[in-house]
Amino acid sequence: MALKKVKGNFFERMFDKNLTDLVRGIRNNKDNEAKYISTCIEEIKQELRQDNISVKCNAVAKLTYIQMLGYDISWAGFNIIEVMSSSRFTCKRIGYLAASQCFHPDSELLMLTTNMIRKDLNSQNQYDAGVALSGLSCFISPDLSRDLANDIMTLMSSTKPYLRMKAVLMMYKVFLRYPEALRPAFPKLKEKLEDPDPGVQSAAVNVICELARKNPKNYLPLAPIFFKLMTTSTNNWMLIKIIKLFGALTPLEPRLGKKLIEPLTNLIHSTSAMSLLYECINTVIAVLISISSGMPNHSASIQLCVQKLRILIEDSDQNLKYLGLLAMSKILKTHPKSVQAHKDLILACLDDKDESIRLRALDLLYGMVSKKNLMEIVKRLLGHMERAEGSAYRDELLYKVIEICGQSSYLYVTNFEWYLTVLVELIQLEAGSRHGRLIAEQLLDVAIRVPVVRQFAVNEMTNLLDTFTVSAQSNSMYEVLYAAAWIVGEFAGELEDAEKTLNILLRPRQLPGHIQGVYVQNVIKLFARLATTCLELQDLPGLVRLCDHVLDKLQHFNGSSDIEVQERANSACMLIEMLRNQLSTTNDAIALDTTTEGGIPPLAIEIVQEMTLLFAGELIPVAPKAQRKVPLPDGLDLDEWINAPPPEDAASSSSSEHDKDELFVSASQGGTGVEGSGGSGGKRRQSLELTPEQLERQRMARLMEQSNNPHYLKSTPAASGASANADQYDNIDDIPITELPLDMEGVAALRVGITKRSDKYLQEQQAAAQGGKDGKKKHKKGKKSKKAKNKVAYNSSSESEGEPKPLHIVNTTLDMPEGVSMSDSEDKDGKYDPNDPHRALDIELDITEFEAPAVRSSSKKSAAGKENLKVPAESAGSSSNSKKDRKKDKDKDRKGKREHHREGKRERKDAAAQPVIDLIDADTPTPSPSHTSAPSNSNENNNTSNVLPDAAKHHKKKKNKEKSREAATEASATAIGSSIVDVVEEDEQVASKAHKKKHKKEKSHRKEKKASESASASVSATVSASDYEQPLGISTPSKEIF
Amino acid sequence: MIKAILVFNNHGKPRLSKFYQYFDESLQQQIIKETFQLVSKRDDNVCNFLEGGSLIGGSDYKLIYRHYATLYFVFCVDSSESELGILDLIQVFVETLDKCFENVCELDLIFHADAVHHILSELVMGGMVLQTNMNDIMARIEEQNKIVKQEAGISAAPARAVSAVKSMNIPQQIKDIKLPDLPQAIKDFKF
Repeated sequence: MALKKVKGNFFERMFDKNLTDLVRGIRNNKDNEAKYISTCIEEIKQELRQDNISVKCNAVAKLTYIQMLGYDISWAGFNIIEVMSSSRFTCKRIGYLAASQCFHPDSELLMLTTNMIRKDLNSQNQYDAGVALSGLSCFISPDLSRDLANDIMTLMSSTKPYLRMKAVLMMYKVFLRYPEALRPAFPKLKEKLEDPDPGVQSAAVNVICELARKNPKNYLPLAPIFFKLMTTSTNNWMLIKIIKLFGALTPLEPRLGKKLIEPLTNLIHSTSAMSLLYECINTVIAVLISISSGMPNHSASIQLCVQKLRILIEDSDQNLKYLGLLAMSKILKTHPKSVQAHKDLILACLDDKDESIRLRALDLLYGMVSKKNLMEIVKRLLGHMERAEGSAYRDELLYKVIEICGQSSYLYVTNFEWYLTVLVELIQLEAGSRHGRLIAEQLLDVAIRVPVVRQFAVNEMTNLLDTFTVSAQSNSMYEVLYAAAWIVGEFAGELEDAEKTLNILLRPRQLPGHIQGVYVQNVIKLFARLATTCLELQDLPGLVRLCDHVLDKLQHFNGSSDIEVQERANSACMLIEMLRNQLSTTNDAIALDTTTEGGIPPLAIEIVQEMTLLFAGELIPVAPKAQRKVPLPDGLDLDEWINAPPPEDAASSSSSEHDKDELFVSASQGGTGVEGSGGSGGKRRQSLELTPEQLERQRMARLMEQSNNPHYLKSTPAASGASANADQYDNIDDIPITELPLDMEGVAALRVGITKRSDKYLQEQQAAAQGGKDGKKKHKKGKKSKKAKNKVAYNSSSESEGEPKPLHIVNTTLDMPEGVSMSDSEDKDGKYDPNDPHRALDIELDITEFEAPAVRSSSKKSAAGKENLKVPAESAGSSSNSKKDRKKDKDKDRKGKREHHREGKRERKDAAAQPVIDLIDADTPTPSPSHTSAPSNSNENNNTSNVLPDAAKHHKKKKNKEKSREAATEASATAIGSSIVDVVEEDEQVASKAHKKKHKKEKSHRKEKKASESASASVSATVSASDYEQPLGISTPSKEIF
Repeated sequence: MIKAILVFNNHGKPRLSKFYQYFDESLQQQIIKETFQLVSKRDDNVCNFLEGGSLIGGSDYKLIYRHYATLYFVFCVDSSESELGILDLIQVFVETLDKCFENVCELDLIFHADAVHHILSELVMGGMVLQTNMNDIMARIEEQNKIVKQEAGISAAPARAVSAVKSMNIPQQIKDIKLPDLPQAIKDFKF
């Protein structure tokens, strides 16, 4: 019998394909791979029908490979489960792997697996359980989670760290599928944060970070534990997770942020791992954003962050550059000035060869512009736009050009003729863009707000209307015609040759309806304008000709299929025909009696005047909320029915009807003070009984109604965003501006051939600046008399020396009701993903039960006494620990420092006195290599340098020298030599140089490898056969984390 | 969370795909294809982070990749992962492969896809990082390999003989010759 089995085995196995054969076969059948695989699948099906488990195992292994190539193997689900249930680890592993690759969590097959998996989880062999956990993590279903939650929880306290680690991670997956498990499992999970095994610890941190990311407020009470871990751990991977978690927690609890600043700055100074450094900076930024005020010395932290980020951006590693820019953009939002100091660097990144980096630099750009460099920057962006290959990138560039020019009501645009030219150039770009509407809005905005540029604008727009060709429908650039038509019509008075413009507008063209409608409307405006001139000149024949001409051309619009165009064109025709009729009667009279003076009949004059009056009056910009300024007229009751409400027809609707009635009553009571309508008086009684839920529901219903009602004015998010920017730049004069070190003259001279129209303005500006520098002779070019005229208007008090003077004034007054600020936006609701499993995990956890003091320390500060001081005191301990090593003669300094400690952290005030001494002895943290040695000096600098009086600085410097001697002697020497006043800065430089050095070493190492790699790559290009044998050459970069 | 780990070569052929969220096979292939197109058009000297990839998650997701000779290692992660940390993780993964296969090359990944999966499962579990210490990872892998060897024992002897025969340097044509199935009579032959 046994012999038979062996023999059977032998025969079967002899001719079966194993995985290697399969792969080899697929590679040998490159031309008809699909066919080959289908025959293989047939063979596999045969194999699966056999009893022998090894044969099945082999078949399943092959299926796993085939699955990777995109073939559905779910039909083999049952066989996979068979293999999983084998007692042999080899088979089990293959089975679980196949299951993890192809099982769907909703699959009904999973019902069969529950007991088998439970058996594996409880197996004596830790690898059986390990393999089961790994597989399960990929296909766990809600049912499995419910049934196996207890077994996995038991594994969390297994004696084997390997299983504990896996079980902890597994619990997260269980929580996602079965949220009810979270509450009972949480105490154990929390326990694992302090597991003796670092792997388990890290896994627990990982899970809690994932949980807390989505529902941070529930995990705030754990902050003290994490704080302790952060200050004691040396596992960078875990530190990163914790620090990221803190970044999510600080917005909820600003006091936590204050405590974090110090240890984080220490880490920033001490760590050599770029990844950790970067996350520290990120969290410090998050902290600083959450406590924008109330921190006495947070400017130092910002400076530190910005300095470090500069190092990242300057690095030759593109990854660091990218991340540096990413983090910079976060700082820019709250601390624009600090970032502006590095303008040169960011502008340099605009020309980077890497598109991702250019995009990140673009994000920062809006904070970088000034009146002086705007033209230059825009010119560069336009240049990029011509070269850009992807339309997405080009659109982004276009958007940024408009964003930086338009920000803060065109604060940085000095010459609007230039800006209009730029806009026109953007329109004329061949590739087009989806931002046509945006450009149209800009054109309108500029034309309305900048009166002096209107003449230029109308002429530009006439040209645009004349030459613009609607090309591809895919881009929305034709939208600008809308703006162009409106501008030439509205400001017809500025036109030199209105008749020509009129003819352009009347030209029959294929355009979307809404644009044609605007065309017609503005034809009337132009007509009214021309008719008025005819009146002034007493040019009756001209007027008649004009009428006939326009009537004739409008016929084209009359036949439009767009109802709006048709209606407008018809109205226009009627209007002009009316005038024409008046004229024709007199015309006949004139024909009869040619000797009388060519008078225009008074009725015609009246009509023309009336028409002109229609379009008279200046348009001014209106704020989004201006409607509030309009007072409610007496006798208007907004809550009254205009028409009687429909009768209640169904019993089901009566309740909602009820709600409505109550709503009106409450509104009339609380709101405008307008009398409620008589009919609702009887229902007032009910309104008194509203529960809070009802009120809330009513409010929601009302909001819904408002948002769906087109008659409600809604603030546009864009407008409020822009105004938020406006607030930021209140005192723009304080911003230090550095000159761009660009040799523009030379560059411009080289590129004469490709100079664009807008460049003219740039050159003028530079010439003017040059002239001003030479002898301060303000020569006005004759041709520019128009601009000279405008100079009266500019307000020189706010300009710094050398700033280009604005040639045009922007009308920034908005029609706004009193007491309304632009920025108080209403809609701030984040959008929810209804499928997000984390919503179910928003469970209030009773952390209080097992960690009462922890809760107190983070929520209530003073009452708790010693317990609650534990965490902050520890951090103070580690820093004071380092102080202890110092020489006694610095005693005075130290006192000063402690004083500062007390001042700076008011929270710990009561703690500072005793624990500092207390903890020096009690709490001696084990010196971890990455933490203690370096931070001991950086730490102290950070604490002290900001408060030390000038006299003490000398002192400090000397000390610094000693400290950093072993780290970077020459670096510190040069730093001191170059008379740096700020101690903080100096110290940072030392640190940064050390960093750089290290990095450079790695860099060069990497370069070598790269070179060898590329060499081998070139070889492989020639010998394509050996392509796959090529070694991966992986000993390259630094593994700094692990 | 890591949402997916993909390894493909310079031509976009998948060498390893691990999705920590269920996608059906055709969607998986689409994702691999799209990712390959995104990644392959980038120079080697640009940064290793990519936003977008419309198929796999929204704006919260990033592609973090490394390019080694003929292979791309791509991790798709959300914002809870540290970008530089994942880059280091990829490095650990590849170095572990290098240790396990001794000078790993693409061929190793092609012929031992299952082994690569087993190695990966010691680094990442269910989309979360399990272990980052290479020595620990190696120890786990070796212990498991030992079990497999023990289990193989005698019963695997014929199989090993077969595979030894198969891996002999016989020209491919001969190896691929499909022998006719043995007559059923022989198979059923009883001793």
